[in-house]
Amino acid sequence: MSVATPLDVSERAGLVDRPAPARRRALTGWAYAAPTALFVLIFFVAPILLVGRMSVSDWGLFAGNRGLNAPENFTDVAEYRLFWPAVWFTVKYTLVTTVILLGLALLLALIVQESSRWTGFLRTSFLVPSALGLASASLLFYALYSPQSSPFGFLGVSFLGTPTAALWSTVALIVWRFAGFYMLLLLVGLQGISADVYEAARLDGAGRWQTFRYVTLPLLRSSIALCTILCVTGSMLAFDQFYLLTKGGPDNSTLTIVQLIYNFAFFGGNDLGRAAALSIMLLAALLIANVLQFRGLRGKEG
Amino acid sequence: MFRTPQKVLTGGLALLFLFPLLWASVASVSPQAGSAQIGGWGFGNYRTLANYQAGIGQYLLNSTAVSLMTVAFTLLVSLLGGYAFAQFRFPGRDLLFLVTLAILMVPYATLLIPLYVLLNQLGLQDSLLGLALVLTMFQLPFATFMMRISFESVPKDLSESAQVDGCGTLRTLLYVLVPAVKPGLITVGLFAFLAAWNDFITPLVLISDSAKMPLPLAVANMRQQVMGIVDYGATEAGVVVLALPCVVLFLALQRHYVRGFMSGALKG
Repeated sequence: MSVATPLDVSERAGLVDRPAPARRRALTGWAYAAPTALFVLIFFVAPILLVGRMSVSDWGLFAGNRGLNAPENFTDVAEYRLFWPAVWFTVKYTLVTTVILLGLALLLALIVQESSRWTGFLRTSFLVPSALGLASASLLFYALYSPQSSPFGFLGVSFLGTPTAALWSTVALIVWRFAGFYMLLLLVGLQGISADVYEAARLDGAGRWQTFRYVTLPLLRSSIALCTILCVTGSMLAFDQFYLLTKGGPDNSTLTIVQLIYNFAFFGGNDLGRAAALSIMLLAALLIANVLQFRGLRGKEG
Repeated sequence: MFRTPQKVLTGGLALLFLFPLLWASVASVSPQAGSAQIGGWGFGNYRTLANYQAGIGQYLLNSTAVSLMTVAFTLLVSLLGGYAFAQFRFPGRDLLFLVTLAILMVPYATLLIPLYVLLNQLGLQDSLLGLALVLTMFQLPFATFMMRISFESVPKDLSESAQVDGCGTLRTLLYVLVPAVKPGLITVGLFAFLAAWNDFITPLVLISDSAKMPLPLAVANMRQQVMGIVDYGATEAGVVVLALPCVVLFLALQRHYVRGFMSGALKG
């Protein structure tokens, strides 16, 4: 917005009875926004520019910048033997987690939909795990799954010993930690559906399943879309749970993309250039995934 | 509404969600081989935790300092920013707001790699202040959005009449508007605290001095202390210490927090 002459002239002529002249008010506005602008510039915009530069440079963890080498970092990453397994595992984990988590969250939301003392207790129980940090929850399940301390020792099951078991054990942890949170988001959507709609469906002779399928589900679309986008994004960036539970094992079978970035940079790799290149690729993948989801979820609506 | 079989079924489900937390609390004080609490019940595991390296006091202090700094910075920046975005028009306003929200779209890892280099150049490597500044930046999209909505829902008359009475914009903010946006500030502060207290990957990348580690990192490192042998008792105790403030805060503020969600901040 331009704050140029016309207003100034009228102000000087005393024609405006605003509390402060527009230009001064704009300056005051900027002054209040300045801390935000500083934070965003120093800790967000500058790092984004820097990571772009690092991705095309030979940049060691200790050695620092040793000049441009584009596109070597990107080709090195793509040819790295664990790159495709990590991509594939992250995609698989994202799909499994999103389907199970949202299905369960929807079920929980339907159970506690109406308010009563009993549903109040249920809501709190489902939500308490969401108060924990993901790292604390992962450490808790680490002890819960370990043969030495597990209360399920009598089952004789190895929770983290095989690739399949490790995947499902981690999914169980994530479902436990996040189901209540997504339940809450879906509950907001459920409460937005007016009782009249249900009444109309009942009068039309719709059964329970039909009401759910043709009334509740379509009207929950925007809440489900929000949950899907949050869940897919969170799963694509999975790190804490695998770093703490499986360390990417057994045999690198549960290595996610963010773990690979961490390993390139700090855990043996000591190569910030490659880590930057992979994190740019991850950013691009995330943007594409979100654009596709927005399109898909909006497309169905029309 | 709920008949007995349904109560049993849903109650069982609730127990399934509560079980891991209950188990960790009980296991941390129960006898267990390979831990400091071998015979009988007691707080041996908590003593192990208390004496680990720099001592749990140091790690608790680190976590508390980082969390409080993050809460303070987040509240200050988002209070002023939300005020600016909601009640002023200035060139670049919409662009700045959009760029702030865009922080949400960028993976932590993508920002942490360059921030590791950048903080070194700023002389903030291995410092709790640097860690708190980065954590504040991660909080800004939610905090700024929340405070902007809060300020927008305050009736315009309120600030205008204060200014007619001769208050400057700053005094209007401090004496008239801050009380009106208090619920928003509580939500923003709670989220900033929980995020800073629990964050793992940010200190993992940015902090290498073990005396400056926050608690989650210290508990995670403690597992690898003795050649391959993990002290699960101490880990359980660590989880309890980590979870306790979060669960207490959550239960105390649950009404406020759940109602905040329900009142429609996220609707539409």
